[in-house]
Amino acid sequence: MQRSTSRWLVAGALAAVGVLTLSACGSGFSSGSSASPSGGLTSSNKALTVLIGSSGDAETKAVNSAVADWATSSGTKATVNAASDLNQQLAQGFSSGKPADVFYLSTDALAGYASNGSLLAYGDQLSNKSDFYPSLVKSFTYNGKFYCAPKDFSTLALEINTDMWAAAGLTDADIPTTWDQLQTVAKKLTTAGHVGLGIGGEYARIGAFMTEAGGNLMNADSTKATANSAANVTALDYAKKLMTDGSLKYAKDLGAGWGGEAFGKGLAAMTIEGNWITGGMQADYPSIKYKVVQLPAGPAGKGTLQFTNCWGIAADSPNQAAALKLVEKLTSASDQLAFSKAFGPMPSIQSAASEWKKANPALVPFLDAASYAKGVPTAKGAADVVTDFNSKLETLATSDPKTILDATQTNLQALLK
Amino acid sequence: MTTTARQSPAVRTRRKSGIRRGEAASGWLFTTPMLILLGLFLVVPVLMALWVSFSDWSGRGSPFAGNVNFVGLNNYSALLSGGGLAEQNFGTALKNNAWYVVLVVPLQTALSLFLAVMVNRQILKGRGFFRTAFYFPSVTSSVAITVLWLFLFNSTGAVNKLLSFVGVTGPNWFNDPNGIFHFGVANGPGLLTGNTALGVSWWDWIGGPSVAMFAFVLLAIFTTSGTFMLLFIAALQNLGGDVTEAAMMDGANGWQRFWRVTLPQLRPTLFTVLTLGLIGCWQVFDQIYTGTKGGPSKTTLTPAYLSYQAAFNNQQWGQGAAIAFLLFIIIVLFTLFQRWVLAERKVSKRRMRLYDIPPSSGSGPGNVAIGIAASSMASKGQGGSV
Repeated sequence: MQRSTSRWLVAGALAAVGVLTLSACGSGFSSGSSASPSGGLTSSNKALTVLIGSSGDAETKAVNSAVADWATSSGTKATVNAASDLNQQLAQGFSSGKPADVFYLSTDALAGYASNGSLLAYGDQLSNKSDFYPSLVKSFTYNGKFYCAPKDFSTLALEINTDMWAAAGLTDADIPTTWDQLQTVAKKLTTAGHVGLGIGGEYARIGAFMTEAGGNLMNADSTKATANSAANVTALDYAKKLMTDGSLKYAKDLGAGWGGEAFGKGLAAMTIEGNWITGGMQADYPSIKYKVVQLPAGPAGKGTLQFTNCWGIAADSPNQAAALKLVEKLTSASDQLAFSKAFGPMPSIQSAASEWKKANPALVPFLDAASYAKGVPTAKGAADVVTDFNSKLETLATSDPKTILDATQTNLQALLK
Repeated sequence: MTTTARQSPAVRTRRKSGIRRGEAASGWLFTTPMLILLGLFLVVPVLMALWVSFSDWSGRGSPFAGNVNFVGLNNYSALLSGGGLAEQNFGTALKNNAWYVVLVVPLQTALSLFLAVMVNRQILKGRGFFRTAFYFPSVTSSVAITVLWLFLFNSTGAVNKLLSFVGVTGPNWFNDPNGIFHFGVANGPGLLTGNTALGVSWWDWIGGPSVAMFAFVLLAIFTTSGTFMLLFIAALQNLGGDVTEAAMMDGANGWQRFWRVTLPQLRPTLFTVLTLGLIGCWQVFDQIYTGTKGGPSKTTLTPAYLSYQAAFNNQQWGQGAAIAFLLFIIIVLFTLFQRWVLAERKVSKRRMRLYDIPPSSGSGPGNVAIGIAASSMASKGQGGSV
């Protein structure tokens, strides 16, 4: 009797544990389908979580202190988590129905999360909406809705090693403003020890030539594939010509991980990188003297690529009103200038431009490029196509530009069906 | 177990009573925790993933919510016959991984067996040291070893430096997408480049792993041969000395003893090692994730990494799950095939004739010895495998 009683007790306990475990699992999945009430924002006194994909300690610290400031002034608690793998942690949050309230979101992830309803389209409710650069707003517009506030941005420019420049007998008057001039100086700068121009072999660098020729992979709204346009063929032909000259080499062929490393190690006299290069140069190659200039104009005038992230707000967030307030604060001029000082990117609002230029006189070419910079494709699945395009660009020196672009065009068109 | 099996039906059908009463309930009770754990963390997730692979779940909320639809084999057909990027990626990943398996599995098995035989020899001084040394790469984290590999195989790294001493200009390992069996030929004949299978041209299929993938092949052999060496050592130490001695007495030389006496007795271990190697190779992920993320030119893309990428980066959860199940099918098929190859078979008549003692004079002493060894093994085999 005694034994069977204890047996039933154990069985009961096990059953209870089992049920509890199952219900815990169930609650994680149950709340997914509820959409936010029409138009209005959810509001509660729940604390906010902010999930960021940090580039390093400096960025984490800066975001932490900005969010902490907001928390004390607003009275709503907020914590910052630096994700080790942002995409994965975001995906887990969305599938469990309990995502972070505010998070970094890249342009290529926007369409996927916007189309499955994970994101709150709050752009039009921002009080500082008109202050953002229009091209950035376009990057975060999906199906006609402005989804999220651009966090900051970067553009590509040409970096020149001034010592090598002088050694090749070049002066400030020789700074290239056209493709022909770029070809000439790249040839002059190529020696046994280093190549004239060393860049990453990917769309995110070579794409700058495409915009200078008047093309890009997709139109500005990412609603039409324009990969095999004549302009893009011209651009790739030009890059290929520089390679045949021996004056353009990919960073990996120079034994470097990216353009900045090739440039810093003195393997390339010039490179094409964004404003993030300044931090890397300061930390790893402080002895290299260089200057930043705008990219030379191509057949269709000036052009460059811009890269940006936004502050996403989850549709499942229980406190969207507070999240929106937090984002407005994080995109204000003072916060963005503080971020810029801490880890380098440029403010996404026009009203902070003049002050930023004053603070960073050497980097003005990056911000000047904002007026003509083009975004990368944001259609759903475009990231995959770009990866495929990149893999083909790696062998650009030995393949036919038109064939590469035709294949990419087919892949992009498949996304728009 | 054996006692229950021997019970007569009459005993079994008798109403349970006395001390054995409620044994079944206790049995279930004691296995329940494990059943719940396995069910919760293995069976349920697998079934969920199976459902996701047939659905259009987009990664938000529960996959069982009302707005998730059954889409039949759409995800699978996009991967196997879609003609789009998904098929190309899957084909490329299969190609890369197939070459990886073809190179890694035989080489690591051969190397680990070789190492095991070497460190198992009684006359070797400092056997403990060598065993530890060979096993060391296996206990190190794969991420750490991958990072080490990235440094070693840098274009200006230690490996290329070493190669330069013998006058060879090493490739730019992890950035070289050229297939090693293309031997530097850029464009193949039209017949091979024009025809495709799974969106990948025949020319690329036969091109072998890229130089970058080959560096991963070396990495895999380096790290796993130690583990499998341990399995082989355990098996070798389990072998009785009598059979080998019998063969020795009959004049079989060392080579013959290894191939005809030792190796056949290692068959169960060989099967284990090959199966584990096969599964591990088809599931290679961490090296790719930390090392190359599928580059250069997608030549280190593997199905496992592609599945991750499709799901987490592109919100193609159905396709990601479908890739995982296709990978599962591939692994099962390969394992079955290998089971069939390694199955114990009756010795063929032709083979048997070698061991017959001809009535007149004839065969050498070695063959007789092996005949005896083989028969003694057969009698051992009846006692059940060890």
